Parts: sequence; structure tokens; C-alpha cells
Amino acid sequence: MPAKLSKSVWVFVALAGFAMPAAYAETPNEVLSSIQQDAAATPGFQGFSGARGEKFFREKHGNEWSCSSCHTDNPAAQGKHAKTGKAIQALAPAANAERFTNMKKVDKWFKRNCTDVLGRSCTAQEKGDVLTYLLTVKK
Amino acid sequence: MSKYHSTILPMLAAALITTVATIPSAHADDDDDDHYERRSERHSEKYGGENRGKPALPAQTNAKFQQECSACHIAYAPGLLPAESWRKMMAGLDKHFGSDASLDAKDNKEISAYLVKNASNRWGSQTAPLRITETAWFKRKHDAHEIAPGVWKRASVKSPANCAACHPKAERGDFNEHDIEIPR
Repeated sequence: MPAKLSKSVWVFVALAGFAMPAAYAETPNEVLSSIQQDAAATPGFQGFSGARGEKFFREKHGNEWSCSSCHTDNPAAQGKHAKTGKAIQALAPAANAERFTNMKKVDKWFKRNCTDVLGRSCTAQEKGDVLTYLLTVKK
Repeated sequence: MSKYHSTILPMLAAALITTVATIPSAHADDDDDDHYERRSERHSEKYGGENRGKPALPAQTNAKFQQECSACHIAYAPGLLPAESWRKMMAGLDKHFGSDASLDAKDNKEISAYLVKNASNRWGSQTAPLRITETAWFKRKHDAHEIAPGVWKRASVKSPANCAACHPKAERGDFNEHDIEIPR
């Protein structure tokens, strides 16, 4: 009897486990791990730095905009598109649970925004630094 | 004095009647396109053939279009431009008015098909502008006679691309003249 009960509990937990992540494909930490796998392929990779990510986020990189031009200096706050003025929901996962939970969306926006801000793609190091920084931002 | 009155009064009355009589037709020409069409066989030539479609937004919209095209600006209704404009737009998303707005091939294909299918059905000219604000119908309806140039510079308006500043239902493709509220 107890064995049978524990089995059904196990089935329940397994089902719940499958059902819950359906809302979000990935967690921000999984996204970070994925970026880290790419970064680790670069010789001399020594991990990510939130401090470096924050500096990168706020600075301009030769073009008109920085990340913070639209996302503001506080990624936990609502941003505003620098050109159209449209509201942009908070970027930090602590303030917006939807952020960095879908790898396809993450790739899409890094591609677009890195082109706009840097005129090139971001390296895995740069993406990882920025996400590490964003994960340290409190609500 | 009374002689003067007797001449001026009928003139005033005539002027008033003329004004009143002109108002409805001016309205019809301004926005009530259906009304206009009934009187015109060559409605496709209105605005030199650069006329937005009707309806601007189809009853059946596309979820991917709504989601992707409204990330940075309102999802501009497909009927505002001809099919060829949308083809060009979707082929150049990596350089979209100075921004990279690229989509993956699958999403691009789905949204392109939706835009082309529901593009303006009254576009008679061979032109295919990328900016809605550069079309003849837009310019005519928003010329200096209709909108004082200073309005565009207001922070609350920001740019002619910001339809929703004055058209509260722009996102639904509804640009009815009677709903316009120009912000201060």
C-alpha cells in the first residue's frame, strides 16, 4: 500500500513537472548555460562578469544607441523604444518573469539589438556578461 | 445704413447657405470613402491610385503578425500599403528604417503571406512606398490644411508614424475621422 501510494505521488509529481514548464520553454539560468556552452568554445574563456555586463549595457559602442537607450539604466523598470516611443516591459528577470525563458526569442533580440547597438553580432562572452548582470538586478 | 443692410443681408444668407451646403460633401471627400465611391466609377484612381484599402485590417487577423509587428510600434494594418510594399518591407527587415527587425525564415514567410493577402485593394498605381506617411492618401488627409505643422512636433505626437497618438483605434485598423483626438 505505501509503495503504491508513493508510486501515484511520483506519477503526479512527474505530470506536474511536465505541465508547469509549458508556460516557459526555458529558465533564465538554462539560457545562460546555453550561452556559456558557446562561450566556453572560445580559447581563454574565464567565465562571465556581471560588472562587465553592466558596463557593456550602459555604454555606447560606436552607434547612436546603447542597450540602456531603450531599456533605461534600470533594467527592472519599464523602458521605452528610443525611436517609436513604444513602452518596453522590464528586461530583468526579477521584474519580468517572461524574460529569457525562450531561446528563440533571446536569439532574435540579441541579433537585432546587437546590430543596432554595435553594428555587428554580440559574442557569447558579451551576451553572457549582460545576462549575468541582468540576473543580479533586483526588482 | 438700411440700404446697406438690405444688400448685405441676402449676401450673408447666400454665403451661409453655400457654406452649409458644402459641409457634407467636404466630409464625404475627407473620410467617408464608401460614400465617395458610390459617386465615382474611378475610385481606384483616387489619390492618384495610392489609396489605402478597405477594410484596413481584415476581420480575421494573424497572431504572428500581431505579436511580431507590434513589438516596437503598432502593428500597422496591412491595407495601408499595397502588396508590393509589403513584399519589399519583409525582404529588408534586417534594415528596417534604420533598425534590425529580422525574423526567422518561417515567421517571415507566414507574416509576409498575411500582409500580401490583405494589402490595399484600392491601390491603382505602380508605386510601392515603404513609408505609410509617404503615400498620397496619407499626405492628402494630413496636409497642412488638415493638421497644423506644429502638431507633429508635440511630444505627445512625436511623429506622423505614431498613428495611435490621435487615432485611438489605430491598432485595430480603425482610423474613423470621428474618433480623432489630437493631444496637446
